[in-house]
Amino acid sequence: MLSKNQARLFFLGGTVVFFLIFLALSVNTVSSGIPKKTHSENITEAVVGGKVLFDENNCMGCHTIFGEGAYYAPELTKVIDRRGEAFVKGVLSSKVPWALHGRKMVAYDFSEKEVNDLIAFFKWVNEVDLNGFPPEPDLKK
Amino acid sequence: MKYKSQKVAYMFFALSMVLLLLQIVYGFIMAFAHAGYDGLHEIIAFNTATATHKNLLVVWLLSGFMGAAYYIIPEEAQRELVSVKLVLIQFWSLAIVGVVAVAGFHVGWWEGRKFLEIPRALDYLVVVNVLLFLGIILVTLFKGKEKTTTAMVLAMGLFFAALLYLPGMIWFDNQSMDSFFRWWVVHLWVEGVWELVMGGILAFLLIKLTGVDRELIEKWLYVIVGLTFLSGILGTGHHYYSIGAPKYWLMIGGIFSALEPLAFLGMALFAFAMYRKGEKNHPNKTALYWTLGTAIMSFAGAGLLGIAHTIPQVNMWTHGTLVTAMHGHLAFWGAYAMIVFSIISYSLPLMTGRKLYDTPGAHYAFWLSNIGMIGMTTAFAAAGVAQVYLERKVGLDFMVSQNALHAHFWVLIGAATLFTIGIIYYVVNFFKHGMPTDEALIDNK
Repeated sequence: MLSKNQARLFFLGGTVVFFLIFLALSVNTVSSGIPKKTHSENITEAVVGGKVLFDENNCMGCHTIFGEGAYYAPELTKVIDRRGEAFVKGVLSSKVPWALHGRKMVAYDFSEKEVNDLIAFFKWVNEVDLNGFPPEPDLKK
Repeated sequence: MKYKSQKVAYMFFALSMVLLLLQIVYGFIMAFAHAGYDGLHEIIAFNTATATHKNLLVVWLLSGFMGAAYYIIPEEAQRELVSVKLVLIQFWSLAIVGVVAVAGFHVGWWEGRKFLEIPRALDYLVVVNVLLFLGIILVTLFKGKEKTTTAMVLAMGLFFAALLYLPGMIWFDNQSMDSFFRWWVVHLWVEGVWELVMGGILAFLLIKLTGVDRELIEKWLYVIVGLTFLSGILGTGHHYYSIGAPKYWLMIGGIFSALEPLAFLGMALFAFAMYRKGEKNHPNKTALYWTLGTAIMSFAGAGLLGIAHTIPQVNMWTHGTLVTAMHGHLAFWGAYAMIVFSIISYSLPLMTGRKLYDTPGAHYAFWLSNIGMIGMTTAFAAAGVAQVYLERKVGLDFMVSQNALHAHFWVLIGAATLFTIGIIYYVVNFFKHGMPTDEALIDNK
């Protein structure tokens, strides 16, 4: 039967081994995986500016991006493909709460530079390779 | 209660109760908004409500863990806490940072990073606070007469939880990198080191409530926390399927996520085996209910509903939908809220000397909150599956499909009302115990 020492060894040994594997994979992901998949060379000042705005206004508190965030407002990963740049610009610079189909968005009334930064951010996000997410609707007629 | 300084746990538990009630209020605001009634939009927009709801959860659970540690560590180490004055400083600074953070969310002082919305400036205060907490706990433990496995596992969980907060404080220009390291905090907390905390508290309670030999309980504690890390560390991969990380995470995340329920299954089997083996004569049946309850509900919520969502072929469709909310609610409730309730139910009568367990209110609290939470989970599941079908499979516009989900949110509100009544019973029962007193000390010589 298993002794307490063996159980401790299983815990400590297993944890160390699996943590080291995790660390090695993380190094690979951070050093080459993510830069390649996200085309990190395309992250311009405007893209970073857009990300800062995205964070400062907690856009993730309603929307999802890469499928992460809250589930109150549309997924934004492919928003440029889906809606086009002009539509998104309209939403971002709206002076009254945007409420297509009834649900309100905060009226941010962003300046022209801010709108352009956010658009640059969404365009960069749009091109990130997400291993097939979001999938194409397969029951669409 | 064996040591005077154990009484400090009461303050942390009381703070947990107050923040939990507040968390529920924000939950209702969000549920009504989802059902089409967003009357508070101008004052408390949805993103404010969700940041508040999630961070109150994190703070009240951490406060509960801290209270648990302040109660358990003296008893395990067989000595008083090194300084009650420092504990008081730590408590008030925690409460103040928590309140400032939540107030800040209402005026846009935050970072839009799910679960880690607390702004950087406050993050540093959190770090100082947690270091003070760890200092008190670790010094007490190492000055103590005994260093039991239960105490070591609990302390180790708390130590690594603090350490893992740090990767979440690094700024990245790249959204994918940001997300990658955000999960180092959130996932490795809830599916890693917090389970050590949970395991440590569970082992302590089983030793006290069942009377089974400590050596046996602690041996299985090692096996269970071993299984947790074996599956949970690489299980982080299920967050990396579609954030711009390499494809190998689909295989690694899929395989190790599938193993994650085993740790929870082990915990449930362990708790019941110890209960059956034990003497069954401990008078505090309420604490026993919560202890066995947390073992079952964490397996259901974190284990089974977790794997229902993390298989890569399924996750491709369900990722970023209300299906996540289904898993999230029962997992946090079963694994972490219920373990905090367990240690409170066990320790409160011992700190105050008032044996209010086995009252009708205590039973209503247990059953109503659990049935309510299962109802809420079912409502989220129905809404989530419908959303996946309408939006992801059929390709309807987001809001067109959302407007078809209102009925599920009314069911959610109904179930949440039941849940809230249970929680109110629990909180009323909590405060009925009155303040902790030295008269409740038992002779430990």
